[in-house]
Amino acid sequence: MTERLQIENLYKIFSNQPQPAMDLLARGADKDEVQAETGMVVGLNNVSLTVPTGAMYMIMGLSGSGKSTLARCVNRLNEPTAGRILLDGEDIVALNDHDLREVRRTRISMVFQHFALLPNRTVIENVEFGLKLRGLAVKKRRSRAEDVLSIVGLDRWGYHFPHELSGGMRQRVGLARALATDADVLVMDEAFSALDPLIRTEMQDELLRLQRSLKKTILFITHDFQEALKLGNVIAIMADGKVMREGTPQSIVSEPGSDYVAAFTNDVDRSRLFDAASVMQAGAPVASAGRVKVVAGEGTGGFALNDEGRVVGRIDAASLDRARSGGNIDAEAQSDFLSVRRDSKLLDVARMCRGTQDLAVTDEDGRFVGIVSPSKVLAAISATSQAGSKRPTEETLHA
Amino acid sequence: MLEADDLAIFPVDVWISDAVQWVALNLRPLFIAIKWPIENLLTFIDGIMHATPFPVMVLVMALLAYVLANRNIAIFTVIVLVLIAAMGVWDPAMTTLALISTAIFFCAVIGLPIGIWSARSDRVWNIVRPVLDVMQTTPTFVYLVPVVMLFGVGTVPGEVAVVIAAAPPLIRFTNLGIRMVDHEIVEAGMAFGANRRQLLWEIQIPMAIPTILGGLNQTVLTAMVMSVVVAMIGAEGLGLIVLQGIGRLDVGRAAIGGIAIVLLAMMLDRITQKMAEPKRASARSRWLAAFNLDRIFSRRDEGEPVATQSGSNA
Repeated sequence: MTERLQIENLYKIFSNQPQPAMDLLARGADKDEVQAETGMVVGLNNVSLTVPTGAMYMIMGLSGSGKSTLARCVNRLNEPTAGRILLDGEDIVALNDHDLREVRRTRISMVFQHFALLPNRTVIENVEFGLKLRGLAVKKRRSRAEDVLSIVGLDRWGYHFPHELSGGMRQRVGLARALATDADVLVMDEAFSALDPLIRTEMQDELLRLQRSLKKTILFITHDFQEALKLGNVIAIMADGKVMREGTPQSIVSEPGSDYVAAFTNDVDRSRLFDAASVMQAGAPVASAGRVKVVAGEGTGGFALNDEGRVVGRIDAASLDRARSGGNIDAEAQSDFLSVRRDSKLLDVARMCRGTQDLAVTDEDGRFVGIVSPSKVLAAISATSQAGSKRPTEETLHA
Repeated sequence: MLEADDLAIFPVDVWISDAVQWVALNLRPLFIAIKWPIENLLTFIDGIMHATPFPVMVLVMALLAYVLANRNIAIFTVIVLVLIAAMGVWDPAMTTLALISTAIFFCAVIGLPIGIWSARSDRVWNIVRPVLDVMQTTPTFVYLVPVVMLFGVGTVPGEVAVVIAAAPPLIRFTNLGIRMVDHEIVEAGMAFGANRRQLLWEIQIPMAIPTILGGLNQTVLTAMVMSVVVAMIGAEGLGLIVLQGIGRLDVGRAAIGGIAIVLLAMMLDRITQKMAEPKRASARSRWLAAFNLDRIFSRRDEGEPVATQSGSNA
């Protein structure tokens, strides 16, 4: 994967003369100190991120954390005070007005929290809006808009007006409008936050489904940690204009790194987040007989594998010793073994567990990669984050 | 004891009359240039209004009301016009209507660009706003003094006064309408790469139209009021009927002038108010849906299930 979008040392001060604030930040002052001393609001304080091509990159933070400011700097709805934003290696901050418009028309598009549809135009006119601004002929943009509308499942609604649609459908129109320009980068600013919980879940699933085929690079802004976990490949958690923690959903929950981040992870349903690979241990070969090999982990039973690496039988702890000392492997192996794929979520793994019997973990092709014991699964599901257990309160926000 | 009159040492009246006299003498070509288009358009429209036969006029006005508003208001328009004719004040009513139509034209030509410009530049608005404040707080009556000094008396100077008095609401509402457009929608325009011209014509003006039409309604009513007041500087029309009635202590004549004015004002108000209602946005879709034409326009095959996955979920 290469990086589509690279943000380097980005600052945003809301002021016409930001220099005093920048000097203070350079001397190590934080957002509150700058505001107390100069009265200027710091939106972004030295933010650097790398968004890989095709990633769903979540920027998560509470209100005032600077997450929306960051998103709006990417297409310069907010003008950054300092720093660089590289889109495929080209610095957006340095573009003149004309080139910036070209980038906005063709390479970065945006989905808004409150949809921002034009109420006086039909759905299809809204969808083709970006193409119209680009100067595309009516027929071409209309057929493109129809295609995109059917992608989001609204092909029947093209000639209705936005006020005739429900919230979820309106946001589908907003999404279609963003997709119509065929931009590589999609900025979604709290795109699902204004929707009802059920519709929001439906839209999240829809976005995941679309992303599998579209493979856009999506910068998704949200204040909802669960949403970030569900959608994101990578999550950046922001507070006071700074990135507090960046990482994959699993790594953030297992190693929050600070009390602030840990506070978000408390309510996380680990059974749906972590997969079998996160709790498995690798098996070591302990015995072999002909084409069959026995592997076992520490303090667990073992599995008999054939020469392709596929599991053919289970060997429990008692018979493991006999196998070690040269017993007949075929006779000891039992065929009622359990196996899960390594990307199965712990919830599904737990459902399969039978007593204390260990499970074999396989890769996508069915080859053995490790062993999971039910006690590890239980421990992982019920774990709490290591660093504190405070909820995000006013104190932790401004600490 | 100090009397208030002892303090009367400021000869403001002298200064002003000197200034106005100087302006009237030295800037005469300017005022003739201002008068010229107004005079020509007014003469033209007035000529048409009076040349059109009564039944044709009623029909045209009813049709206009039907297109701009609805059937009920079209019927109301017919009743108003017939009543005015029945009272025998048809000709002066047509003169007043010509005064108002001309005024609306000039108010739009002057007011819309100023309003748009004010909305896009705070600096311009900071200059325009105090001027509008003064114009709108000045009683219509007071306008007549400088107008008479600079333009003379008669119907055309009267029309100048009408235009000056009626333009401010349109400027104000145009500015307000554009500034009130939802910020997120304007940002959406920018995010998709609209330049300033596209932002104005694709987003700001279309969305400001209901408010601008509300301003037009106010302009029409102000023009109506002013077209009556300017009778005092010799403008013709319904105002003159009232003025003559008062002068001769002829209560009946003054009353029919007044009644005709009220009827005409109600008619214009109803028509322009209906225009300003935001319902019209979906008129096209309602018509299409009524005749099932939306299917043809959306180029979809028949026989496809109507409820799509999303349609049934949402």
